[in-house]
Amino acid sequence: MSDTRRIEGIEGIAAALPTPNLDTDQIMPKQFLRGIDKTGLDKGLLYDLRYDANNQLRSGFVLNQPAYRGAAILVGGSNFGCGSSREHAVWGLQQFGIRAVIASSFGEIFYSNAMNNRLLLVMLAEADVQRIMEDVSDPLTNKVLIDVGSMTVRSHRVEASFALSARHHRMFLEGQDIIGSTLSLQGEIAAFQERHWQKRPWLRDVARRVRDRLDVSTPIRPAGSN
Amino acid sequence: MARTLYQKLVESHTVARLDEQNVLLYADLHIMNEYTSPQAFAGLAEAGRPVAAPGQNLAVVDHIIPTHPVSIRVIEDPSSALQATNLAKNCTGHGIVLFDTNDALQGIEHVIAPELGMIRPGMVVLCGDSHTTTYGAFGALGFGIGTSEVEHVLATQTLVYRLAKNMLIRVDGLLPQGSSAKDLIMHVISCIGAQGARGYAVEFQGTAIRALSIEARMTLCNMAVEAGARGALIAPDDAAQRYVLDRAPEIAAHHLEAALADWATLYSDADAVFDVEHAFDANDVAPYVTWGTSPDQAVPVTGKIPFPDAMTDATLRAASEQALRYTGLQGGADIEGIAVQRVFIGSCTNARIEDLRVVAAVVKGRKVAASVRAMVVPGSGAVRRQAEREGIAQILIDSGFEWRQPGCSMCLAMNDDFLLPGERCASTTNRNFEGRQGRGGITHLMSPAMAAAAAIAGCITDVRKLGDAHV
Repeated sequence: MSDTRRIEGIEGIAAALPTPNLDTDQIMPKQFLRGIDKTGLDKGLLYDLRYDANNQLRSGFVLNQPAYRGAAILVGGSNFGCGSSREHAVWGLQQFGIRAVIASSFGEIFYSNAMNNRLLLVMLAEADVQRIMEDVSDPLTNKVLIDVGSMTVRSHRVEASFALSARHHRMFLEGQDIIGSTLSLQGEIAAFQERHWQKRPWLRDVARRVRDRLDVSTPIRPAGSN
Repeated sequence: MARTLYQKLVESHTVARLDEQNVLLYADLHIMNEYTSPQAFAGLAEAGRPVAAPGQNLAVVDHIIPTHPVSIRVIEDPSSALQATNLAKNCTGHGIVLFDTNDALQGIEHVIAPELGMIRPGMVVLCGDSHTTTYGAFGALGFGIGTSEVEHVLATQTLVYRLAKNMLIRVDGLLPQGSSAKDLIMHVISCIGAQGARGYAVEFQGTAIRALSIEARMTLCNMAVEAGARGALIAPDDAAQRYVLDRAPEIAAHHLEAALADWATLYSDADAVFDVEHAFDANDVAPYVTWGTSPDQAVPVTGKIPFPDAMTDATLRAASEQALRYTGLQGGADIEGIAVQRVFIGSCTNARIEDLRVVAAVVKGRKVAASVRAMVVPGSGAVRRQAEREGIAQILIDSGFEWRQPGCSMCLAMNDDFLLPGERCASTTNRNFEGRQGRGGITHLMSPAMAAAAAIAGCITDVRKLGDAHV
């Protein structure tokens, strides 16, 4: 989808979630994956961490504390967003008001999903992440400023640079229409496909052709009889 | 220049180089399910875009489907039912092949695509599901994508793809009696960690890999994503080619020579350079069991749960303490002997016919412990029927297992199969995350043989003690 918003800076309250390998099952549990649209996911965000077994707010959890209401930034443990490919995790973070996540590393599919929705992921050295967590754990110093243009992060005591690929950097600064840009290469795709199928005709329309074969009821070769 | 198998696959599917890190990658096959595709179809409709190559797309209802052993399945949950009817509407509207709720060929996406002969060496296969790495078993590059990318693939049959680095995992030796591909991958993950392969496409090589059946290779590649891998590959050998040709008669009939010539190029050149290499000895692999809430928190069944206090890394220590709080276990305790109330045999990791044969071999003539509820959810309708033909289903039923209809089921508990708070499950699935199988439920990942043994013993137990020569 075309998204023309420019995102040059993100500034706000940051909350620390130090757990490493915080998986997308935890970020957006299964019971919130039953929709056919993207709405209502703010409710499910980090549900088991925010609510207890009786669906009561856990007052001790950082995002439930008054000083962290309206947090715009999370500072997470390493491999943040690993596991399931569910993009609902990204949509839920954004609907909750989170605009950036800072961590030393991210799950790979989550990384692509976040970038495609322009949820900014800032990768920093573990030591910097630790120090930012210490800063923001004190409500008096819990503000973080991220400048996308210069690719820098500033917390109370830390000033650090981060890297973004030129492509992702542009996506934030200029807006994006990824499908639209790819469709401008439609001619190249068609030419590639023709060459590819000429060389490997058994890959052409593979799903349709297999289904057609099955529908004329060739006996299915059972799995495991190799 | 010498190239890895991964590099060959990427090059043969590169439509255009976009920049230093990204290519436009062509997808031979795109698989969809009912819960990660609806918003992609909606986006397409909103933009008024058609599906670029409907014949190379396929959809399956698998994640939300109930698995009760009834012949006509009804999805009772209204939201889930809407996901299924919405998928059917989208597929019909765009001319996309669908394996719907009551299709005899329905099953878990990563089980049916190979068994129907759709996965072929040298392909690029994409799916809105992280376990798409499974197809590396055939020398096909498969990996999971998000819903925005599903929409991109529908609209263009390509993906804007960030290149991965190359990792080689060599496994020589032979797996000992009682150990399987599941134990091997759990061993690897516990050694390199849940992010040990993050950023890499992993190629498995070595005598132990060659010795694995094709289904076992699928188990191995399937779980590589639990180490963070962006793809898993095994160069296709005679066994892989035979598996494919047996299930895709149209190749043998029309393209045999060309296909074999093409597949013969699918290996890493001898002097290809990998960014990272690991080596393991299969002889060291004992049956593994997880004790925590991340797939790398695992020990051999003969081992003890680690002491968080002994961990020098503070983050690791805190994570282990949290995991033990959740699983209700103590550092230093034996993993063996922990009582389970549930046993789940299923998932895209371990619900193929070979897995069920192993389970039947362990439980034949034995009874599921009275304290245990044990379920078998076959990976597909075809697997289910074959197990019935082979007499496996009857053995399982006689032992006290529930013999259910195919689906993802309690791997992620999106349907009505789930753990209650505090219930502990021996599971052949791939993720032991907090709440994965139901809020407050505790998952111990293990092989089908080990899960079968746990069902009989009522607790985590070493399957090798049961003395089955054929396990």
